[in-house]
Amino acid sequence: MMQVATVDDLAEVIRSAQGPLRIQGGGTRPVGNPVVGSPLQVGLRGITLYEPGALTLVAQAGTPLAEIDAVLADHAQHLPFEPMDHRALMGTGGEPTLGGMVAANASGPRRLRAGACRDSLIGVQFVDGTGTAIRNGGRVMKNVTGYDLARLMAGSHGTLGVLTEVAFKLLPRPEKVTTLILPGLDAPTAVAAMAAALRTPFEVTGAGWAGGNVMLRIEGFATSVADRAERLAAALARFGRAELAAADPWPALRDVTGFAGREGDVWRLSVAPTDAAQVAGRIEGEVILDWGGGLIWALVPPGTDLRGQLGSIRGHATLVRAAPETRAALGAFHPEPQPVAAIAAGLRARFDPRGILNPGLMA
Amino acid sequence: MITLLARRGRAVISFDQLQRKARLMQMPAPDPAILARKAEIVARLLQILPADAVIHDATETRAYECDALTAYRCPPLAVVLPRTTEEVAAVLRICHDEGVPVVPRGSGTSLAGGALPTADSVILGVSRMNALLEVDYDNRLVRVQAGRTNLSVTDAVAGDGFFYAPDPSSQLACAIAGNIAMNSGGAHCLKYGVTTNNLLGATVVLMDGTVLELGGPYMDAPGLDLLSVICGSEGQLGVVTEATLRILPAPEGARPVLIAFNSSEVAGACVSDIIRAGILPVAIEFMDRPCIRACEDFAKAGYPDCEALLIVEVEGSPAAIDDQLARIAEIARHHDPIELRESRSEDESRRIWLGRKSAFGAMGQINDYMCLDGTIPVTALPHVLRRIEEMSRDFGLQVANVFHAGDGNMHPLILFDANKPGDLERCEAFGAEILRLCVEVGGCLTGEHGVGVEKRDLMTVQFAPQDLEAQARVKDVFDPRWLLNPAKVFPLSLSQGRRAA
Repeated sequence: MMQVATVDDLAEVIRSAQGPLRIQGGGTRPVGNPVVGSPLQVGLRGITLYEPGALTLVAQAGTPLAEIDAVLADHAQHLPFEPMDHRALMGTGGEPTLGGMVAANASGPRRLRAGACRDSLIGVQFVDGTGTAIRNGGRVMKNVTGYDLARLMAGSHGTLGVLTEVAFKLLPRPEKVTTLILPGLDAPTAVAAMAAALRTPFEVTGAGWAGGNVMLRIEGFATSVADRAERLAAALARFGRAELAAADPWPALRDVTGFAGREGDVWRLSVAPTDAAQVAGRIEGEVILDWGGGLIWALVPPGTDLRGQLGSIRGHATLVRAAPETRAALGAFHPEPQPVAAIAAGLRARFDPRGILNPGLMA
Repeated sequence: MITLLARRGRAVISFDQLQRKARLMQMPAPDPAILARKAEIVARLLQILPADAVIHDATETRAYECDALTAYRCPPLAVVLPRTTEEVAAVLRICHDEGVPVVPRGSGTSLAGGALPTADSVILGVSRMNALLEVDYDNRLVRVQAGRTNLSVTDAVAGDGFFYAPDPSSQLACAIAGNIAMNSGGAHCLKYGVTTNNLLGATVVLMDGTVLELGGPYMDAPGLDLLSVICGSEGQLGVVTEATLRILPAPEGARPVLIAFNSSEVAGACVSDIIRAGILPVAIEFMDRPCIRACEDFAKAGYPDCEALLIVEVEGSPAAIDDQLARIAEIARHHDPIELRESRSEDESRRIWLGRKSAFGAMGQINDYMCLDGTIPVTALPHVLRRIEEMSRDFGLQVANVFHAGDGNMHPLILFDANKPGDLERCEAFGAEILRLCVEVGGCLTGEHGVGVEKRDLMTVQFAPQDLEAQARVKDVFDPRWLLNPAKVFPLSLSQGRRAA
């Protein structure tokens, strides 16, 4: 495994590459079509700048997420989008890195309220397929100076460039977290209950469903959390009597640990939240809902093509975990309409003219 | 963003306009071949649009000669006002075929010249595309035609307890299409983000007439996040005809507190401390003494006469508001405020906001002024304010500061006398120095108004050549012939080869 520790080294490696490169951060998120290429690991580490008073963090792309989390915790701040840790679900080891998180646009339950990884991302530096180091965005949250390439990099899985530095807008870490559980609901009722909760002004920051339980999260300063939770429970009385969760269920929902180590393929579907009930009903397998229903996780028998079952429902399905041959056959990512695919292909051709950065991973 | 506002109803003129005194403002020379074919081009447009949707008479096209940056004026070849995505696509196909540049236009409220025409261009106005297409409370979204005004989105859902978060100060007039083009912000960005954070999907028509559906009622992109690069691209990549917007349940209530200090630096430090303490106010507004005095004379809001004043607003349940205001008061007391005035009623809240909301009008009463729009890291506020004060002495011109301190988006107003020889030139040099300072401390040239034509040539202060080249490549892909709003954002020297090709 080739490892680079500076921007200059990375640029040189890319410039002199004779064939495809398989880019990775910590190697914990092998999402996408199988890539054939020389492994290249981004080893740039360290926090470039952390200003708690400006809610700003700038760090090298290879910095382990755990290291960032610990530093932010000392100042009661966090990356608000609650990035998913793929290790349990994918059966991988290693350390998740900031760059890998951005490349996958990894986001968790709080995405509902606080936005995805791409929403908090305010600046990037990356090296493109020609070996040129490019900066975009910056370290301020309000910035319309030029095109927003930072957010374009989020979720591009290393196919447009290799991230070397990323900047985020942070948010305060909640002082107190409370979770209400509405037990024993089927999928359609659960989706209705979550929609009702998300219409209230009580600032619900998590809405998921697993094992028949709806989970709703209220967080913030201790003084107002109990009050809001109580009023939320009252507003949802028609869905049953809400209970306070004894343990914190959100890490398990975030990481989809319910499907970890189990036989079967794992799909991730993104739909309008209210369509979740109908989609869940079509899936012959096990289903977990997040984002009020907007995110569906499904565990199905190996080789199942779940994408075909979306029918006319708007949304997309990603095959997250399956045998390489299944991923190669079905395609990990949802095929895009021709005009959209043409633009995506055009961008890849301009940023990676030799087609050496994770070729074929996304399409 | 540098805009010059002159007193007594004179036109808004820009920093670049002033520089034009020395060198004519550069816009690409109109293509004589296109000007010569005007009649044929108009005839083709009239084949696909009703007669009232194609404006080509020279006296009528003048209504579209500028946007809110009124210093720059140039009537377009023609103006089209389509009503549907299909009509937009048909117009663009014709213009693409004819090689005619197209300048998309929302409501024309851009302060940066984003909708400024050239004589050989067609203005594509989306003002007739203003329908509300879908309201979906269970999925917390609305779908609108992009010509719809910003405020009317919130108005359509407010009765049911929802709102659309981005609220630029022009929200009564500005169109969602323009908000997307400029990634508009507003006063509440610290908590709710800017347009890009509240945009779920868009129908985008490319210059060759191709229609793209990007995003939709779901929360993430299936492949590359193309929507993110459309947002803030100043109408250079495609024409947005429809948008799916995230709406939020309105908070139960909101209340401000006014905090007065004897020093701008201390006020800046207080802002940083509030943020560091884990409080996320919905707005933090800052005013300094020149601004406070002008507002007081103008609006009689009852502000204390002090060096610096903060208005901090929090929202939530009554208990949450009380709690946050108590925490803010405690932090403020560590900075020895000379006054701390917590609103206890609707009327008190209104009075606290009164002066701030009339700030720009009040300043215009007493002086000619130039308004800037750069963003800086919040922690750099004390340093930047001190440097501005020093520069103010060096240049011999007074500065009034009023801005969104929570997100670091500054709007320093440089006061000058347009009738005094040399004042203008000093003012523009001072403005450029402040923008350079914004970039130097880690900020940017424009926080919410966009680059347009106005800051085109300052882009090289912020970006290295390869950074600008990377952005230009994106336009190469969406609009290979550089026909869509071609003379904006990039320095003309950079775009020249591409426009000519």
